[in-house]
Amino acid sequence: MMSRTALDLWVGIFVAIGFAALVFLAMKVGSFSGINGSESYRVEAAFDNIGGLKVRAPVKSAGVLIGRVQGIRFDTDSYRAVVQLDIDKRFEFPADTSASILTSGLLGEQYVGLEAGADVEPLKEGDRLMITQSAVVLEKLIGQFLFDKAAEPAAQ
Amino acid sequence: MPLVSLRDVRFAYGERSVLRGIDLDVHRGQVVAIMGGSGCGKTTLLRLIGGQLKANSGAVEVAGHEVGKLGRAELYAMRRRMGMLFQFGALFTDMSVFDNVAFPLREHTDLPPTMIRDLVLMKLQAVGLRGAASLRPGELSGGMARRVALARAVALDPMLILYDEPFAGLDPISLGIIGQLIRRLNDALGASSVMVTHDVHESLEIVDYIYFVSDGRIVAQGTPDEIRASADPFVHQFVNAEADGPVPFHYPAQPIDSLLGGRSA
Amino acid sequence: MNGLFAGLAAGLRHVGKLTIDGIWRLGFATRFMFAVLLASGQSLTRIHLTIRELYFSGVLSLLIITVSGLFVGLVLGLQGYDILQRYGSADAVGVMVALSLLRELGPVIAALLFASRAGSAITAEIGLMKTTEQLKAMDMMAVNPIARVVAPRFWGGVLSMPLLAALFSAMGVFGGWLITVVVIGVDDGAFWSQMQAAVEFDYDVLNGIIKSMVFGTVVSLIAVFEGYDCEPTAEGVSRAITRTVVTSALAILALDFVLTSFMFRG
Repeated sequence: MMSRTALDLWVGIFVAIGFAALVFLAMKVGSFSGINGSESYRVEAAFDNIGGLKVRAPVKSAGVLIGRVQGIRFDTDSYRAVVQLDIDKRFEFPADTSASILTSGLLGEQYVGLEAGADVEPLKEGDRLMITQSAVVLEKLIGQFLFDKAAEPAAQ
Repeated sequence: MPLVSLRDVRFAYGERSVLRGIDLDVHRGQVVAIMGGSGCGKTTLLRLIGGQLKANSGAVEVAGHEVGKLGRAELYAMRRRMGMLFQFGALFTDMSVFDNVAFPLREHTDLPPTMIRDLVLMKLQAVGLRGAASLRPGELSGGMARRVALARAVALDPMLILYDEPFAGLDPISLGIIGQLIRRLNDALGASSVMVTHDVHESLEIVDYIYFVSDGRIVAQGTPDEIRASADPFVHQFVNAEADGPVPFHYPAQPIDSLLGGRSA
Repeated sequence: MNGLFAGLAAGLRHVGKLTIDGIWRLGFATRFMFAVLLASGQSLTRIHLTIRELYFSGVLSLLIITVSGLFVGLVLGLQGYDILQRYGSADAVGVMVALSLLRELGPVIAALLFASRAGSAITAEIGLMKTTEQLKAMDMMAVNPIARVVAPRFWGGVLSMPLLAALFSAMGVFGGWLITVVVIGVDDGAFWSQMQAAVEFDYDVLNGIIKSMVFGTVVSLIAVFEGYDCEPTAEGVSRAITRTVVTSALAILALDFVLTSFMFRG
């Protein structure tokens, strides 16, 4: 059998390669979403319709990723969807920030977009966003368009 | 008081009864042989003494402790003072000869490496294999492997050494060497030895007392001189290697007349 | 008619016996697992015992893991490019390669290779020690074979598996990059940036690592158990090795389904 030192050397090489692979996967292949419970604050927003929004969907402002959708529930008092957003602590928003559900590209995934307001008070943990805009539902849009077209000649 | 004593020991593997009331004593300093045909329960006896099996009834005592009633830690404490030579040596194949003999010392003592080295070389010297210390078990002949295993069994200077078929499959020279080693080591260490074997002639040369086991019972016992002079038909058959006698040649069956002769034709 | 009933009854008895044997073995395996865990102290206090097993199960598996990972990555790159370019999204090939490897193929294939390379060797080694009475000899020398022989091999396997799976995935991503970027000519920047945007460390990578830890534990346990429990003959050892590979493969695939349904349900 090999002497113990040569054995230790080989095991050391093995462990080093293994950890190098892990670091490669962490740094080069994946990215830390950087949004954990300790580094984020949670706010809520109620929508009439969230369309196809999923848990873990991105929260963006001006196109930059600033957080993730943490949970979605149905509020039986108002019959609206309440979406919990985890936002990175580094990004502060005014209290009158508005949220809308947007789609990346024509048929891409849906995400929550935040538009900063003008309030001097910042958003705090547990706040609720008052101004929201629901997802654009394609069927409704088309239906609306056809309805408008049908109504046009009658108006003339 | 004897070092090992068995009183009316009975043991069965499930339904199959192997030992049916064994009484046996091993006094300090003695080399005792237990003999009998293959499958008569000799090895089972050895396992009972070593605590690998528990008797169904009766008492197995070693140095005043009843082996069957010891907990794991107490049993291990007792085994540190026992050595056992397995039938084919059971050397650790992934270690050198030196490491094999050093194994019990490294596991059970905090001795510094230089002292372990000296002890191991002394034990190997005693079995005449100091020069083979760096070999691997695979490079040893059957007889050499058995001698290394013997050195390993006595590494901790045990009070009791158990031998399971120490002569099986050896050439006459190796057989004689092992026989002499068993006697010499026993006397040098002031230990006692129990040996399970079916080699009568080698055993008669070296042991102090012999028990014959057949069908789960002790059928004869005595010193080598008494055995040689014995008129007991079983002993006579065994010592002279006769095919038929109290141990029948035929496995129990219907009389052959009932099958031959073409009655049905 | 009587013969049919007799045959049916014999068949039923056989099934019943197999079931009872199976349950009996499961119980014994569970008890064995606790015995191994209880006897694991020595694997830590005498760490060189475990390091030695890390060498045998980890270092000796490096080559097969590296090469297989590379080839799986090459194939994923080719197939992914072929499918994705039909929809004009060849840039996303990096995402596909990375996610398939991190979530499924890395942990699963690495574990299957590990079972057949290291698991079978562990079973053979312990089985051979049992057949040649080395385990009994150790026990008679007042050294617990579960603590001295079984536990270090178990922990060696548990520790090397996640590292091997990570290496497999990394080599696979490298292989995918090699074939799509270097050979086919997909844009290098798009390959990595799309991948990084889609792959999250604490979701995709971490869940893959958890999977490989579970697989490593299960495969190592099966390997040491089959070795320790084998019939002490040459034939018994070879049967035990076969059982290690077959049982491990089934356990890996079944557990993968269970874990996936817990981890990746959106």
